[in-house]
Amino acid sequence: MGPYQIAWRRLRRNRVALAFGLLFVGIVVLCLLAPVYASDIAHTTPSANHETETVRIGSKTVDVVSLTGLPIGPTWHGRFFLGADAEGRDVAVRLLYGGRNSLEIGAVATLITIIFGLLAGIVAGYFRGFTDGVISRVLEVIWAYPVIVFGAAVGVIVNVGGLNLGFVKLTGGTLLVPAIIIGIVYIPYVARPVRGKVLSVRGLDFVDAARQQGLGHMRIMVGEILPNVTTLAIVMIPLQLAQSILLEAALSFLGAGVQPPSPSWGTMIGDGTRLIPGAIHLTLVPGTMLVLCVLGINIFGDGVRDALDPRAKLRIEP
Amino acid sequence: MARFVVRRIGSAILVMFATSVLTFLIFQAIPSGDPAFRLAGKYSTPAQVESIRREWGFDKPIYVQYVKTMEKIFDGSVISYTQQLNVDQTVIHDLPATLSVTIGGAVIWLLVSVLFGVLSAIRAGRYLDRVLTVLAFIGLSMPAFFLGDIALYYLGYKAKIFPLGDYVPLTQNPGAWFSHLLLPWMTLAVLYIGIYSRILRSSLLDTLGEDYVRTARAKGISERRVLIRHALRNSMIPLISLWGLDFASLLGGGTILIEEVFNINGVGKYVGDSIGRLDVPPILVITVFAAFAVVALSAIVDILYAALDPRIRLSS
Repeated sequence: MGPYQIAWRRLRRNRVALAFGLLFVGIVVLCLLAPVYASDIAHTTPSANHETETVRIGSKTVDVVSLTGLPIGPTWHGRFFLGADAEGRDVAVRLLYGGRNSLEIGAVATLITIIFGLLAGIVAGYFRGFTDGVISRVLEVIWAYPVIVFGAAVGVIVNVGGLNLGFVKLTGGTLLVPAIIIGIVYIPYVARPVRGKVLSVRGLDFVDAARQQGLGHMRIMVGEILPNVTTLAIVMIPLQLAQSILLEAALSFLGAGVQPPSPSWGTMIGDGTRLIPGAIHLTLVPGTMLVLCVLGINIFGDGVRDALDPRAKLRIEP
Repeated sequence: MARFVVRRIGSAILVMFATSVLTFLIFQAIPSGDPAFRLAGKYSTPAQVESIRREWGFDKPIYVQYVKTMEKIFDGSVISYTQQLNVDQTVIHDLPATLSVTIGGAVIWLLVSVLFGVLSAIRAGRYLDRVLTVLAFIGLSMPAFFLGDIALYYLGYKAKIFPLGDYVPLTQNPGAWFSHLLLPWMTLAVLYIGIYSRILRSSLLDTLGEDYVRTARAKGISERRVLIRHALRNSMIPLISLWGLDFASLLGGGTILIEEVFNINGVGKYVGDSIGRLDVPPILVITVFAAFAVVALSAIVDILYAALDPRIRLSS
């Protein structure tokens, strides 16, 4: 039995982790079904404005947004199931569409972090010397910024005038902008442990054996070193996904992430904050969804770590 | 030790220089469009943009632009053109509020984490440990602004236990300063207690298995004394170094979310509001200061760390 099979067996026995993993999968599926929910149940779109309309609750007819500007709370029926926001948009529909944006950004950011973190960590650890010096210094510089300040600064700059890095051109307003920013900010958090692991592996006999067979650097890095840091990378995926989703929410809350009218959980909480105490559901609904989603990823991720590396230093298992 | 200190300070200065260059590149050189216009803000006149261009040296070669930008940041002559306010003065004016939030929060989260971590470790696997684990996970998965929002709504607005945000300077009214900051402190603490108590728990469990702990027990020292004097002292080292770094990054603007939610006029709220206004000069200045604060404090933490633990200064 291979190590991954053993890990899978261990994970299968961890019912708490599996339950929370299922919670996360459930949220993802719900968000993917957003268009179905919007057209068949709520009969609206995420940005459709119903400010001047009324909705029937039982025998009463109620304004979607009252004359004082307060939107209705949850009706627990098809239309406005979770209430409306200040512009008369359906919160439940926006929640699902916003979830798609939040999850998409989280996934793309995690992909960027893991790929470039692995690349930087392996190259730095394998070549050591000058290459390592340059890469480590660059990572140290990114590391020096408080994550949220760096993310917010780049977010604002891109939103003001676009960013041209030669190989990538970013213009404000697309979902790719927060995803790339978040992905870059977290690279050192993956590259550092990977580099450490590579340093401890590169002097072992099998690497020398590969070199004496005349294999090139590329072949050794991909064929011999990479498999030894895969476990580390797998363990970091859920952790990074949770962190990325939280950072996206924070940046969007501040206005430096997802740009209106696109919804995301962070922008929804930000909009809702302005209507506290009148309409707490605008904060409570996206906030609860965000916490459940991140909690699901974190506990499942901890189970994965536990299964792959039972003697890990830091474990958060129940 | 002296050699270690000199080397660590030298590398900190290098990293500070590098962050200043990177910040300059991100703000002035790389983005497309006119940097003078970006600094001037949305509602500027062509004459203003022209004078900013001359003042910041955007008509000169790029290294002159860099030097001029840093000169302006450090001689305190950067102005937010949107607000017509001096940025460095505003930062200095706002710093006490941010310090109050950070220090209070950091003390609470360290004390509570030590308590929870120790309880978890001595009751490892038992009921109390499980409850604390669940709480740790929830804290770990909480966004600061959401927790702050609901705490303010339920404990402030509904239950009327806490005042509804705002900041009262310590010098003006110490009692009000404390009562206004209590909820922000607790919110901040909840976010960190989870991870800190977990780190202490695992580090304490490792230490409790060490030979010297067994020796202490064999000598007949009381369990409480073994735990506090022998085990906890060593287990605290990783926690304290992490604490220094988190403290620095909060001080450098990491409290944005807490200050926004509780309407505390600190450096964080200044950044947050500037983001909302797309007002670039304050964000530029605070980004540089924030990185400098983190680099300086992490160097200090490393030096203290090395003073406490000789293995570190010998190995590096």
